[in-house]
Amino acid sequence: MTAYPDRSPDWPQVGLHVVTGKGGTGKSTVAAALALALATTGKNVLLCEVEGRQGIAKMFDVDPLPYEERRIAKGAPDESGRAGQVFALHIDPESALLEYLAMYYRLGRAGRALDRFGVIDFATTIAPGVRDVLLTGKVYEAVQRPRGGRKKDQVQYDAVVLDAPPTGRIGQFLNVNSELAGLAKVGPVKSQADNIMNLLRSPRTAVHLVTILEEMPVQETSDAVAELRAAGLPVGGVVVNLVRPQALSAASLAQVRDDAVDLTAITSQLTRAKVDVDAELVASLVDEGRDHAVRRQLEDEQRALVAAEDLPTYELPRLAAGIDRGALLELAQLLRQQGLA
Amino acid sequence: MPVLDVDALLDDRGTEIIVCCGSGGVGKTTTSAALALRAAERGRKVVVLTIDPARRLAQSMGIEKLDNTPRPVAGIEASGDGALDAMMLDMKRTFDEVVESQATPEKAKQILENPFYIALSSSFAGTQEYMAMEKLGQLHREALGQGTYDLIVVDTPPSRSALDFLDAPERLSSFLDGRLIRLLVAPARGPARLMTAGLSVVTNALGKILGGQMLRDVQTFVTALDTLFGSFRQRAEKTFALLQADGTAFIVVAAPEPDALREAAYFVDRLTDDDMPLAGLVINRASPSARTELSAEEAIAAADRLRAQDSSSLTAGLLQLHADRVRIVEREQRLRERFAASHPQVPTTVVPAMAGDVHDLDGLREIGRKLADEE
Ligand SMILES: Nc1ncnc2c1ncn2[C@@H]1O[C@H](COP(=O)(O)OP(=O)(O)OP(=O)(O)O)[C@@H](O)[C@H]1O
Ligand SMILES: Nc1ncnc2c1ncn2[C@@H]1O[C@H](COP(=O)(O)OP(=O)(O)O)[C@@H](O)[C@H]1O
Ligand SMILES: [Mg+2]
Ligand SMILES: [Mg+2]
Repeated sequence: MTAYPDRSPDWPQVGLHVVTGKGGTGKSTVAAALALALATTGKNVLLCEVEGRQGIAKMFDVDPLPYEERRIAKGAPDESGRAGQVFALHIDPESALLEYLAMYYRLGRAGRALDRFGVIDFATTIAPGVRDVLLTGKVYEAVQRPRGGRKKDQVQYDAVVLDAPPTGRIGQFLNVNSELAGLAKVGPVKSQADNIMNLLRSPRTAVHLVTILEEMPVQETSDAVAELRAAGLPVGGVVVNLVRPQALSAASLAQVRDDAVDLTAITSQLTRAKVDVDAELVASLVDEGRDHAVRRQLEDEQRALVAAEDLPTYELPRLAAGIDRGALLELAQLLRQQGLA
Repeated sequence: MPVLDVDALLDDRGTEIIVCCGSGGVGKTTTSAALALRAAERGRKVVVLTIDPARRLAQSMGIEKLDNTPRPVAGIEASGDGALDAMMLDMKRTFDEVVESQATPEKAKQILENPFYIALSSSFAGTQEYMAMEKLGQLHREALGQGTYDLIVVDTPPSRSALDFLDAPERLSSFLDGRLIRLLVAPARGPARLMTAGLSVVTNALGKILGGQMLRDVQTFVTALDTLFGSFRQRAEKTFALLQADGTAFIVVAAPEPDALREAAYFVDRLTDDDMPLAGLVINRASPSARTELSAEEAIAAADRLRAQDSSSLTAGLLQLHADRVRIVEREQRLRERFAASHPQVPTTVVPAMAGDVHDLDGLREIGRKLADEE
């Protein structure tokens, strides 16, 4: 796998990697692969999810995660076979709120009363912005965790990767401050929001965008870049995911598209390769090749639009067998080779 | 697997509402628009309520301007009385209109200017679902009253989970007339006896979490909205009943991916539990099947042999692409079989992935043909 030496990482100063993108483009997959890639020897990396879907547990094939940091994997190994550790945390707003309240106030019986009156539900699902502050607040705590802090058994992280909400909601999610401004002008939630904002706007954060080479996701990516910049949030790289196999050269693609392939040559090559060949087989392979060439051309158009954003870009192939632990490690190695980690 | 007969569904005059649901990005909007177009061209008077169409699709349907009213779509090749109107949902405007239609002008103004209302109506995660239901209710009343439409096709918001569409309205309306709200309004209404010790603990905690200003905004909002509580709940209940009616058909859209199919399975189960009429499942964006039987293993072995001699061999490239395609199709097939094993009764139709985006009426017609299994 590591045929090429890994590039020196492009984001050494970043402690918080936020991964967003249009729904279904592979945010969770890329976030997991990035965490594995960042976990080099001696490093601890935390992978967080906030969408309440237990996507991490499904990807790593473990039991649903609690609101608690759990070691779930070794990082992607280096040439000597060594690696760091990846931990995972499933952040749900109810637990984050209760933890937050317990930290700042003594709750006692009131905790249960809050729940009975629907306060927890109100604060975490309906009160706009509050939910997001609670979620990002927990991530903030993990990133800023002081060395030798209060709790001895707490792990310190060299990097935190956040599998964030999709591009459609990312501005609102990260720009928690302005969303809250008109609502909670004072109070602990507000001051928490300010601290989070300082971290998010600093060079210690990078917001990476995952896209596939299709019109809507690419359009959403450039909209998100503009939105993030306007909000003063640091845009990281673009990860182009689910790229089709590059099995044909540009010249071959053109030949297939223009119906200029030499059918006799293909037939004799197939025979030489010990395939039981007839004219129908050759025609079918060429037809499939033509479908592919059409898609590749559309991909190239979108790739040019991605390039026009002038951001560091990384590409990951579509793995035909789907995603499991092994596939995530394979993607992690590819990210390392390209310098995302 | 039983087959979903889309044309029979569209031609049945008893079908009055079709709801397309599924998890985000699977093609709900595309499927709704394609079904609506096909129905119109087969003679139905159709309106399609889309939520978040891709820009070019909206342009080609003439609905890129959000004005919250259905507009005729140009370029329909309708037979008989067939016609198609389309609209894109403006959730804030729909919410505003509900408030305006239910409250006195002064009260409406008070509500519409309240900061909490503004945030709630434009960003609460469930508002879009709630307003989609509200708009569906409005269109249905209009269709019944004026005979403008005989079929309403609804797209659903790009939620995290397909179930949000069914749950969010209930959550919002139970919030709007729930205990917490009663509690928040109580001090404004006076009787101090309501303020037991337990209650003040709750308001205090809320104040701490949200800050005093926000709590006051919420209280003002809730007080102003007080008279509307009942009607909010009633409206939500009516629309819910509409969804259970015989004239409604749910179409669950899924991509041949584990997550999307899992969501689809939850949704199918939920529809069954809630007595909602499920028409069937659309598997959208299926990879086109291979055109020859050659196995993936044979193709890879042959490609390796050719590459040993010529690393840039075109034939080897074609073989590799074929192997890739076979593997993907096999994987999708396994996923579909798994779904069918647990839900053998669900009629299904499969729509292949087109080479490019679907962004005009021709593209929608093509999807429509695939949905109906024509050709
Ligand atoms: N490089 C890849 N090769 C093969 N399959 C992939 C790849 N990347 C993602 N997938 C698959 O695509 C699907 C969507 O990926 P994923 O769940 O990571 O997307 P997401 O952006 O997190 O989605 P959502 O918006 O629903 O959270 C999954 O089934 C995943 O296994
Ligand atoms: N069968 C298909 N073939 C090719 N592209 C498709 C197909 N179905 C949907 N698309 C494209 O996928 C994207 C997402 O579809 P959309 O209908 O907006 O999804 P949803 O409403 O479920 O979020 C659009 O760009 C659309 O053109
Ligand atoms: Mg995800
Ligand atoms: Mg949509």
